[in-house]
Amino acid sequence: MSYAESLSLTLSEVILAAGALVLLLVAGWAGDKATRLISWIAVVLLAVAGLALLGPAGAAFGGQYQADSFAAFAKVLIYFAAGASILIAPRFFQLADGSHMGLRAEYPILILLACVGMGMMVSAGDLLSLYVGLELNSLAAYVLASFMRSDQRSAEAGLKYFVLGALASGILLYGISLVYGFTGTTAFDGIAKAYGDGVSMGELFGLVFVFAGLAFKVSAVPFHMWTPDVYEGAPTPVTTFFASAPKVAALCMAIRVAVVAMGPAAHQWQQIVIFAALASTILGGVAAINQTNIKRLLAYSSINNVGFALIGLAAGTQQGIAAVLTYLAVYVVMTIGSFVCVLQMRDAEGRPIEAISALAGLSRSRPGLSAAFAIFMFSLAGIPPLFGFWPKFLVFDAAVAVGLLPLAAVGIATSVIGAFYYIKIVKIIYFDEPGEEVFAANNNVVETGLMLLTALAVSPIGYLAIPVLGQLSDRAAGSLF
Amino acid sequence: MIGLMHYLVVGAILFVLGVLGIFLNRKNVIIILMSVELILLAVNINLVAFSVYLGDLVGQIFAMFVLTVAAGEAAIGLAILVIYFRGRGTIAVDDINRMKG
Repeated sequence: MSYAESLSLTLSEVILAAGALVLLLVAGWAGDKATRLISWIAVVLLAVAGLALLGPAGAAFGGQYQADSFAAFAKVLIYFAAGASILIAPRFFQLADGSHMGLRAEYPILILLACVGMGMMVSAGDLLSLYVGLELNSLAAYVLASFMRSDQRSAEAGLKYFVLGALASGILLYGISLVYGFTGTTAFDGIAKAYGDGVSMGELFGLVFVFAGLAFKVSAVPFHMWTPDVYEGAPTPVTTFFASAPKVAALCMAIRVAVVAMGPAAHQWQQIVIFAALASTILGGVAAINQTNIKRLLAYSSINNVGFALIGLAAGTQQGIAAVLTYLAVYVVMTIGSFVCVLQMRDAEGRPIEAISALAGLSRSRPGLSAAFAIFMFSLAGIPPLFGFWPKFLVFDAAVAVGLLPLAAVGIATSVIGAFYYIKIVKIIYFDEPGEEVFAANNNVVETGLMLLTALAVSPIGYLAIPVLGQLSDRAAGSLF
Repeated sequence: MIGLMHYLVVGAILFVLGVLGIFLNRKNVIIILMSVELILLAVNINLVAFSVYLGDLVGQIFAMFVLTVAAGEAAIGLAILVIYFRGRGTIAVDDINRMKG
């Protein structure tokens, strides 16, 4: 395959990378005045990159990069989440930053660069491209976490994210070096061949380290400790981004490593994934109960959700992977919706409020926002008429199909525990006496539109999408087997 | 004769030192940055040793990539540290406690 052909397969990454660099020049010349323009161009670039995914499938650069329907599925979710996080940012930064400088022009560019990295992650066919993609995403993410420079919590979030993220990369890399040494290759198909000939002690060590690093990146227990702090400290639009796009990318990368590279060692990694899934669902469910900060609560909710997604991966079958992909699609929509709701919690001057108690009696002053909150909370809890129920059902179904009955049972039990704190928020909104705190009115068309769109998608109307979503995720999962 | 095993042992020792440095150090965030570099160096020793042992160049190329990324990572880490210091006036690990839970 010629160089030009390889480049054409990576078209969406080329568009994003070149676009981000050009926009960086624009930002350099025009400064923060151009933020609005740059944001919109960034969103357009993401849409164009999404369209470029319709191009041909194949392996580029000697198998380093895989353009298949699995990667395309993940990338659509990533681009959607990234676009949403760009659109909701300007107003937040305008109001929340004490200096009233507004959003700096680097924000959309950093998100674009993170998207290039995430695209590489989900398309990686080799440990080398996997590592480079992962770091491209992580380096942009560290900066994004500490983006509100004057805010001490934001700087602290960035610092914590950096230290633990670097540690995770280190652990993953150590695993990669062992896998390389004992299998003699970094290409996924070569690794699969080596693991197929029996798993030696060194290969097993490599596998464990690689999965520990991956667990860090998807924030699965026992490597979750950075999540609540980073989610709380980072500016809310950035938290929205962290909770959606990199989660999808890291999980899809983990799936590809597990299924394509280490598929023959499924028996070994299944134990790790099952443990991580169990621990994540349990801790995510229990630790969220006492939280008083809504962003912290959603952080534990995301740990819980990763646990459910890992149940599908633990099954390890095509049905399980398809279930995970459906889960991710619905999860991204739910998460973005709930964070846009959280964005609406601001006081008269526009400063963000994060205390859950401030939601008391919200239904009387803001019925529309309350309804949206209720829909997302019920959906996250997986209560049947809402769409959040369907992917949970799929992953449990996939786990039961391969005989992981206890895992599914624990998952369902923790889902009930989780329902407690989701429904508690609904109770606070609808049945508590209102406090003196009144939220500033929302007059932003983009945020209202996004809230409406995501709320409709997770409402029972979402069930109409099942045939399409099911077929797409099935085909995406099929391209791995 | 120094063989592959010796290099792997050195790599493992450096890796463990790096991880311990992150978790045991209670003093200074700069030391954490140094520990991270130590971990990446351990990985590089592993990669290069394997590469020579296998007679395969990929490991050495990988080590070059790791070096490059490590430089970028250190730059960003120090930048974040500077922001943090401006706000708080300290970089002691025990003081990083604005958020608890």
